[in-house]
Amino acid sequence: MPMDKTTPVLIVDDYKTMLRIIRNLLKQLEFENVEEATDGQEALSKLRAGSFGLVISDWNMAPMTGLDLLKEVRADARLKALPFIMITAESKTENVVAAKQAGVSNYIVKPFNAETLRDKIEKVMAHA
Amino acid sequence: MPDDIPQTTCDPIELAVRAVLGSMSGDLSVTEATLLSELEALGREVSRAKSEIAALSVDDITASHIPAATDELDAVVAHTATATNEILDACEVLEGLQPDLAAEGAAALSGAVTRIYEACSFQDITGQRISKVVNALKAIEGRVAAVSERFGGLPAAMAAPAGATARTEGEALANGPQLPATASSQAEIDRLLASFD
Repeated sequence: MPMDKTTPVLIVDDYKTMLRIIRNLLKQLEFENVEEATDGQEALSKLRAGSFGLVISDWNMAPMTGLDLLKEVRADARLKALPFIMITAESKTENVVAAKQAGVSNYIVKPFNAETLRDKIEKVMAHA
Repeated sequence: MPDDIPQTTCDPIELAVRAVLGSMSGDLSVTEATLLSELEALGREVSRAKSEIAALSVDDITASHIPAATDELDAVVAHTATATNEILDACEVLEGLQPDLAAEGAAALSGAVTRIYEACSFQDITGQRISKVVNALKAIEGRVAAVSERFGGLPAAMAAPAGATARTEGEALANGPQLPATASSQAEIDRLLASFD
């Protein structure tokens, strides 16, 4: 199933440089409708105010982490089915398990490559 | 009780030594005399350690050394961020040239730029690793100040790290990048996720 490139995507990371890298990689994948947030709280506000089809979030942020954002999303009646990909340097088993239990759609460990990003987006969009 | 153990301050170890020594009286056996000698030595060692800890230039550590080290590390993060953004600027200029290139050239350019984007994520990992070092330095700073205050009676320049505060699961599990030898690969994470299906 081809990816819908018009899907609005929210990318969340406290490193502006990382946001820029992910945005550029998404642009190469022809996703043009991309918005950014620099922490979980800002992301949650944008998600509740907007209409996104995919979230790509870092884990390690303050004041709200990516895992806490994921839990908020899954607890929100309107957002609970939103595809949510975690992109993080947290690679411990306990982190992956916690994210899965919280309802993550897929999990990418940093450093990652464009092919992995494309592959995971395809998978989660196919199940959306 | 031996008189050569300074009477300045008493901590639990010293009090215990004094109590044992005070309980010994009368003729001592060889074993008891040896024990007494060892305890006296222990008392002197505790006293000496306390004096040395009290004499530590904790202010230098907390006011100068560690802040200087953390400033240097912050500068490393800032410089690598600046350099990375310069690289990204250049990549975006190159991407802008793609429409003017023949298909083969445009594809080659796109592939090369993608690899640069991937490589630039080092800055995020580097920043997180340096943050872990900075946090470790701050923890050491707090412990040194606390030990100095405990044994030296000097005011700690910085309190020990706060104890247990309410943290979310996300915060508790946020440990930053693992070292390459212990980090899980994407393939291992994929297998772990698949095991839930």
